[in-house]
Parts: sequence; structure tokens; C-alpha cells
Amino acid sequence: MRNRLHVKVPATVARGEVVRVMTKLNHPMESGWRKRLDGQVVAKALMGEFVCLFNGREVFRADLDSGTASDPYLSFYVRVEESGVFRFVWSGEGDTRFEREARIEVDG
Amino acid sequence: MLSRRDILLLCAAVTASALPFGAALREARAAPRDAKARLAELTGGAEQQQGGVDITLPEATDQARHVPMRIAVDSPMTEDDYVKVIHVVAERNPTPAIASFHLSPANGRAEISTRIRLLQTQVVVAAAEMSDGSVRIGKARCKIIGGAGACG
Repeated sequence: MRNRLHVKVPATVARGEVVRVMTKLNHPMESGWRKRLDGQVVAKALMGEFVCLFNGREVFRADLDSGTASDPYLSFYVRVEESGVFRFVWSGEGDTRFEREARIEVDG
Repeated sequence: MLSRRDILLLCAAVTASALPFGAALREARAAPRDAKARLAELTGGAEQQQGGVDITLPEATDQARHVPMRIAVDSPMTEDDYVKVIHVVAERNPTPAIASFHLSPANGRAEISTRIRLLQTQVVVAAAEMSDGSVRIGKARCKIIGGAGACG
């Protein structure tokens, strides 16, 4: 399957530095507002839950609703005190789930 | 010449014929009061103060389906003073809810960016719940030019 989940994390940082973390998921995020030509409403289908974990601890969470654009993109900040692994989890719409990990090293 | 009675009848007819359209419009679009109600529900009805929440939207855009939004809250993000959650609602989308972002001292900086859908020119409201229980509000207006708005 095509890669649908993108993440961007710096490879190395200084201890205690606040880094910008970015993620994007390729997904239509059907809002439930749209109508087909026959007047039928297109059912709402969102990947509405995003969680970012650092070394197993939750550092950021987002609940996304209809007002979020398709191909949702999120950028946020995390203070990094130790080397470790960021885990990005997008879920919603039944049991659909997308996950990805990214390693970050603290130098010095 | 039109008599007073004719004019009254005419007014009544026009009002009556306009009612179904009014109802249809109300159904299709949320009003600012819906956004307000939604925010009150999300924040548990806490008292809201203006200021401290900086929300950035383009002044005008023709890309209504992907409007970039940045929210920065004035907070040191330490263990005893941090932003717990940022709720975002739109005043004139079919449904007001946009998103809620949960933060903690681990973030170090209370700033997020994302992209939102705006069906028409409107005001977007962000409410930041602080660790001491207070709620701060920030607003920004974005003009949607051309196109069909974010009908998708």
C-alpha cells in the first residue's frame, strides 16, 4: 500500500530543546456536509483521533472533527530530554489505524 | 391603487413564502450562537476571558478546503502553569466543531498548526483551557473569495 502517513522529526537535538514535530495523513476526512448529485449526503468518515507518544508517554493528542481539512496536517512542539522514539498513531473510522515511528537522538 | 389591506396581505404572503427558505438555511448553516453553545459545552461553561490566545488565519483565501491555521497561547508551559487543551470552533460552518488539541508541560511551547475547512467568510474561535481552570479566548476572521467554499 502507498505510504499514507508522513512524519517529520529532527534526527538529533540538544538536551532539553523544544523541537517542532510534523505529521500528515493522506485521507479524505469526509465531513458529512457534502451531498452527491442525487441529494444523498456523503456519510461522515473521519480519522478523528491523533496521538503522539514519546517513549510510550503521551505528549500530544488531537480530536479532529468535520472542520478539519482533508489530508490532515498537524504541527506541534515537544521538549526532548532524552533519546527515544516518537510514535504517531492516527485512528478512527471503524478500526482503521495508521502508525509510524521516528527516532530522535540527544547529543551531549 | 393598493389599499392598506392589500399591502398587509402582500406582506403576509411574502413572509409566509420566505419561511421555508429561512428554515432550510438554518438547517444548512450553524450560527455564531451554535459555536458559542458548543464552546460552552466543551469548556464546561467556565468563564471566558479575552486575550492570550493568538490565532492566525489568512486574511483572505480562495482555498476554502485547506485554510492554514496557527494557534499560539501565551503560556510558560511549566508544571504549574500550562495549557491543558485548545478547542477550536467555526461560527458559520454546517457544524461548528473543528478540533481539540490536548497539550501538557511536555510540549514546552503552546503552539500548533493545522489546516481547516471554512464554508464561507467567517470568524474562527479558539478557547484555551489553562491548568488553573481559566479559559482564554482568541478570534480570527478569514474571508473566503471565489470558488464554492469548502463544500467537500
